[in-house]
Amino acid sequence: MNIVVLVKQVPDTEGDRKLDPSDNTLDRAAVDPVINYIDEFAIEEGLRLKEAHGGEVTILTVGPERATESIRKALSMGADKAVHVLDDALHGSDAIATAKVIAKALGSVEWDVAIAGSEATDSRSAIVPALVAEILGAPQLTQARKVTVDGSTVTIERVTDTGYQSVSGSTPAVLSVVEKINDPRYPSFKGIMAAKSKPIDVKSLGDLGLDAGEVGLANAWSQVTSFENAPPRSAGQTVKDEGNGASAIADFLASKKLI
Amino acid sequence: MAEVLVLVDSADGTVKKATFELLTAARSIGTASAVVIGAPGTAAALKDQLAEYGAAKIYVAEGDELLGFSVAPKAEALAAVAAQASPAAVLVSSSAENKEVAARLAFKLGSGILVDAVAVDGDASATQSIFGGAITVQSKVSTGIPVVTVRPNSVAPVAEAGAAEVVDVAVTLSDAAKAATVVDNVVEAKGSRPQLADASVVVSGGRGIGNADNFKIIEALADSLGAAVGASRAVVDAGWVDHQMQVGQTGVTVSPQLYVAVGISGAIQHRAGMQTSKTIVAINKDPEAPIFELADFGVVGDLFQVAPALTEEITKRKG
Ligand SMILES: Cc1cc2nc3c(=O)[nH]c(=O)nc-3n(C[C@H](O)[C@H](O)[C@H](O)COP(=O)(O)OP(=O)(O)OC[C@H]3O[C@@H](n4cnc5c(N)ncnc54)[C@H](O)[C@@H]3O)c2cc1C
Repeated sequence: MNIVVLVKQVPDTEGDRKLDPSDNTLDRAAVDPVINYIDEFAIEEGLRLKEAHGGEVTILTVGPERATESIRKALSMGADKAVHVLDDALHGSDAIATAKVIAKALGSVEWDVAIAGSEATDSRSAIVPALVAEILGAPQLTQARKVTVDGSTVTIERVTDTGYQSVSGSTPAVLSVVEKINDPRYPSFKGIMAAKSKPIDVKSLGDLGLDAGEVGLANAWSQVTSFENAPPRSAGQTVKDEGNGASAIADFLASKKLI
Repeated sequence: MAEVLVLVDSADGTVKKATFELLTAARSIGTASAVVIGAPGTAAALKDQLAEYGAAKIYVAEGDELLGFSVAPKAEALAAVAAQASPAAVLVSSSAENKEVAARLAFKLGSGILVDAVAVDGDASATQSIFGGAITVQSKVSTGIPVVTVRPNSVAPVAEAGAAEVVDVAVTLSDAAKAATVVDNVVEAKGSRPQLADASVVVSGGRGIGNADNFKIIEALADSLGAAVGASRAVVDAGWVDHQMQVGQTGVTVSPQLYVAVGISGAIQHRAGMQTSKTIVAINKDPEAPIFELADFGVVGDLFQVAPALTEEITKRKG
C-alpha cells in the first residue's frame, strides 16, 4: 500500500507569530518554522500502515524553500521519499488553491491513501483534507482517531462531538488524523543519517501542469484586508484565598450576572 | 433583499443556539433562510423555533441517504439550495464537520471561504481571531458567494418573527458524495452536560487536580454552573480525560460567556483555545501563573479548598 503524508511547515506556536504588514500574509521570518505538530501523528500513522501492509511512504509538502527542513525531519522518522512543491507564485495562496495544488501533486505519485493532520496550528482552518477529497472525488475519511485497512477498504473512527462515527471507503482515499491517534516516534540517529540521502523531488507549478494564475495572493478567493494586534487582555482582580476565595468568586460572578 | 443561507444545527428536535446566532447575523446581511438537512421528519420539529429567530424561508432537504455518507452529501444539498436561492452569503457554525461541509460547498460554488469568524458584517466580510487570539484580522471573500463559518457564541441571538415558508429541495447525490459510508454512529459521551465547543459556560481542569479521580471536583463545579467540562493538554496526556475535552491550540477553541480555569497554568497553547472568552476566572495556587494575566477574576489558593467551596456556594445561591 502506497501512502502519501501531507506535511505542512508552520511557525512554532511557542513564538510570537506575526503577519507581514506589506501584504497581510504570514511573516515567515518572525518565528522559527517547525513541522505542524499534528502532522507528526499523520507521519506516524503512515509509517505504521507501511509496516503492516508494505509499500512506500512519500511526504508531500507545498511550501517555501525552508520547508525542506520539515521534509528532512519527516524522512528521518522513516518516510522513504518526498515531493516538495516549490514555486514563488504560491506565496499567499488560500486553502482552496493549496488543496488544488496538493490534488494535482497527488497525480504525480502512486498512492492508496493520502494522510494529513486534522488541522494546522497556524491557520487552524482544518479544511484542506476535505477540499482535496472534494477535488479528487475521493472518499473523505477525516478526523480519524483510528484507521483500519482491509484490502482496498479503509475504515476510520471519525471523532464527533459525542463519540465517533465509523466511516469507510475504498482506496484511493483522503484521510486526516487527530492528535493522540498514536505516539509519534522520534527520529533515530540512523534515521537522521539516512534521511540525508533520501530523494526529494522538487516540483514547480509548471511541472504539475498548473498555471500561476490559479494560485497565490493575487488570485486567492478570499483576502485579509487588514489586521491589528489584539489588545492584550488586561489582568483583572486577583485575591488570595483566606477561606473567602470561593465566596469572592461567587460575588464576582453575581456582579456580572453570570449566576 | 438577497437571501442568506444558514445551515441549521439541531439535536433531538431542538435547534442549537449557534443557529439562532447565525440567523441573527444573517438578518444583518439580507433575509435569513434556514437550511435543514437531515432524516425525514427533521424539519417539522424545528420549524417554529426557526420562525422565532427570523427565518423567512426554510429549505428542507431530507432523506436517509443524506446521513448515510460522511460530510459530502451535506455540501451537495447546500449547493442545490444555493443554486435555487442565489444567496448573498452562506453561514455555518464552526464545528469540525461544518467547516468541512463549508469548504466543499465553497469549492463547488467557486467561492472563497472564511473560517472561524468571530464577527460578520453586513457585507459578509468577517473578523477572525488568529494565532491564539494575538491578532485580529478583517477579511473578505472576493470571488463568488461568501461562505463563512462562524464560531459559536460570537453573535448575541435576537428573536424576530419570520415567515418560515417551507421549501422542499430534492437532492440527488452524485457517486462522489457516496464515497465515504457512515457504517455506525457511536455515542460515548455520558451524561447531559452541554457540549464543549458551543457551551456558554466552560469549567476546565489542569494538571493541578493531581489525578483522574479528582477530576470529579471539576465536574461538580461545572454541574453547579450548568457548564461544559474542558481540560488542559497535561490532563489529556496523563490519560485522566478524553482528548475531545482538550481546550487549546490543538484542541477545541471555546469562546464562552464564562471560562473557569482550575489548576491550569495558562501556557500559550492553552490560551490559544480560550482567550476570547468573555469572562475568565482562574483558581491557581501559584500567584505567578500566567493564567492570572488574562483572568478577570483570580483566586490564589488551593483548588482542593476553593473549587468545592465554590460549588457549594453557587448551589446555595442558586438554591
Ligand atoms: C504544539 C503544542 C500544542 C499544544 N496544544 C495544547 C492544547 O491544545 N491545550 C493545552 O492545554 N496545552 C497544549 N499544549 C501544552 C502546553 O504547552 C502546556 O504544557 C499545558 O497547557 C499545561 O497544562 P496545565 O496548565 O494543566 O499544566 P501545568 O502547566 O503543569 O500547570 C498546572 C498548574 O496547576 C497549579 N496547581 C497545582 N496544584 C494546585 C492546587 N492544589 N491548587 C491550585 N492550583 C494548583 C500549578 O500552580 C500550575 O500553574 C501544547 C504544546 C505544544 C508544544
